[in-house]
Amino acid sequence: MELYAPIIGLGLIAFGFAAFSVVMSAVVGPKRYNRAKLDSYECGIEPTPQALGGGKFPVKYYITAMMFIVFDIEIVFLYPWAVYFDAMGLFGLVEMVLFILTVFVAYAYVWKRGGLEWD
Amino acid sequence: MNATHTVVLAADDLSVFGQDPWWLVVIKSVLIFAILVVFTLFNIWFERRVVARMQHRVGPNVHGPFGLLQSLADGVKLALKEDIVPKAADKVVFLLAPIMSTVPAFVAFAVIPFGPEVTVPFTDITTPLQLTDMPVGVLFILAVASIGIYGIVLGGWSSGSTYSLLGGLRSSAQMISYEVAMGLSLVAVFLYAGSMSTSEIVAAQERLWFGLILIPSFVIYVISMVGETNRAPFDLPEAEGELVGGFHTEYSSLKFALFFLAEYVNMVTVSALATTLFLGGWRAPWPLSLWDGANEGYWPVLWFFAKVLLFIFMFIWLRGTLPRLRYDQFMKFGWKRLIPVSLVWIVAVATIRAISLEGGIDRTYLLAAIGVVAVLFLVLFFVGGAEEEAAEAEPEDQRHGDFDAFAGGYPVPPMPGKAVQGRTSVSLYESSPTLSKEQS
Repeated sequence: MELYAPIIGLGLIAFGFAAFSVVMSAVVGPKRYNRAKLDSYECGIEPTPQALGGGKFPVKYYITAMMFIVFDIEIVFLYPWAVYFDAMGLFGLVEMVLFILTVFVAYAYVWKRGGLEWD
Repeated sequence: MNATHTVVLAADDLSVFGQDPWWLVVIKSVLIFAILVVFTLFNIWFERRVVARMQHRVGPNVHGPFGLLQSLADGVKLALKEDIVPKAADKVVFLLAPIMSTVPAFVAFAVIPFGPEVTVPFTDITTPLQLTDMPVGVLFILAVASIGIYGIVLGGWSSGSTYSLLGGLRSSAQMISYEVAMGLSLVAVFLYAGSMSTSEIVAAQERLWFGLILIPSFVIYVISMVGETNRAPFDLPEAEGELVGGFHTEYSSLKFALFFLAEYVNMVTVSALATTLFLGGWRAPWPLSLWDGANEGYWPVLWFFAKVLLFIFMFIWLRGTLPRLRYDQFMKFGWKRLIPVSLVWIVAVATIRAISLEGGIDRTYLLAAIGVVAVLFLVLFFVGGAEEEAAEAEPEDQRHGDFDAFAGGYPVPPMPGKAVQGRTSVSLYESSPTLSKEQS
């Protein structure tokens, strides 16, 4: 626990600074009301009342996020394997090659189905 | 075994961490925070000066010596600007987002080693020049860096503006895409260091830097760290021509400054991580390392910051040189090039390691040779992709074949190699333009 406690300290300092800045920006700056200021930014045309699609976004990003999770889990398995590789030797190598190949099948499938295409 | 050697060995395990008295922890935390803020102010000035030189300008030179106080002046100016919360914004999240992106940026620096064990001035306490370390140090940095993405995506979402939303989404998609490549590039380092703690990785590079024996990992890491920090040529979330300012379009005053600060601190963090994992951390570079005192006392802090500054310069150089990538090119490069190459490289490294463990060849030279081959492979892969794209684009031009220069009723200048033809459809003038387009 002693190893983790200093992180909280640094986090508190950073949080204090950030919170102070947010409060300061509300207190220090001038306040001159103008209705146009509170509108969303737009280049010379009437701004839309809310963001594109009302906060909904293309499903494309969802697929990217799913792919990220697949690979992130692969990474999570790879890290301890890498750290203790010397103790496992050839056995560890064969096992991990099999695992990487398994994930690669899913990856190749997504690639073939066009899940990695952005137009 | 002499005394200095035992000191170096003592840093090899984590028993030296967590022993500091509380006041020392506070001093270290405040110092790290202060260094990061000052270094950020310096980096902004440095970037503006260097980019200015690259563009044959002078850059900021009025405030303070060499204009060094320019970023501070900009910060004060931002603080005195009006703080606007747009009508469409989700108030609470809008205020929390800058905090959420700033805090992790600073916290990630807790496990970066600045130097070896030193004596605190005016006391006889020895302490490592690192706030703390843990068996999963690098994993901690990756985890905390991921929390920073929340700040960006929530900032973009809560603004209630189309530009912000798209900028935030792009940014998060980009960061998670390149985090995969980044994470995969680190596996080889852990394999060779046999540890994930930053101080032990530095200790493992006493003889040879990992950047030299694991060249492909290093190259992949450097590419993905530029993508990870949203910097040029991968600064798509802030593509001014398309998205105005990206996720921080609606932010003003110090809240905007916090996002800016977080971006620059993240730049320093990934540079520091690159230094720690690939360039021997605080260890003196080769000619200097011949001097015995180079790796003792407070000197290593200097080497560390010199190496970090080298990466910062690289960031600026890239920004001053390269045009922005298109989003599909960028994602294609991340998912279809970097990830397969990283996976193949991991298998190659593990195989070599297994062979050398079973007894046999000197792995260092073999690895360096394979590294060079793999980098060539990566380059060829990229160049080959460009040719492929060109081949794809070719038939599309030919499909148009003979085009009618007077199609819309207006004389359109013919493309090179195309002949001007006579007027064809007279019916065009009788119906409305949109209707005729539908019919044809």
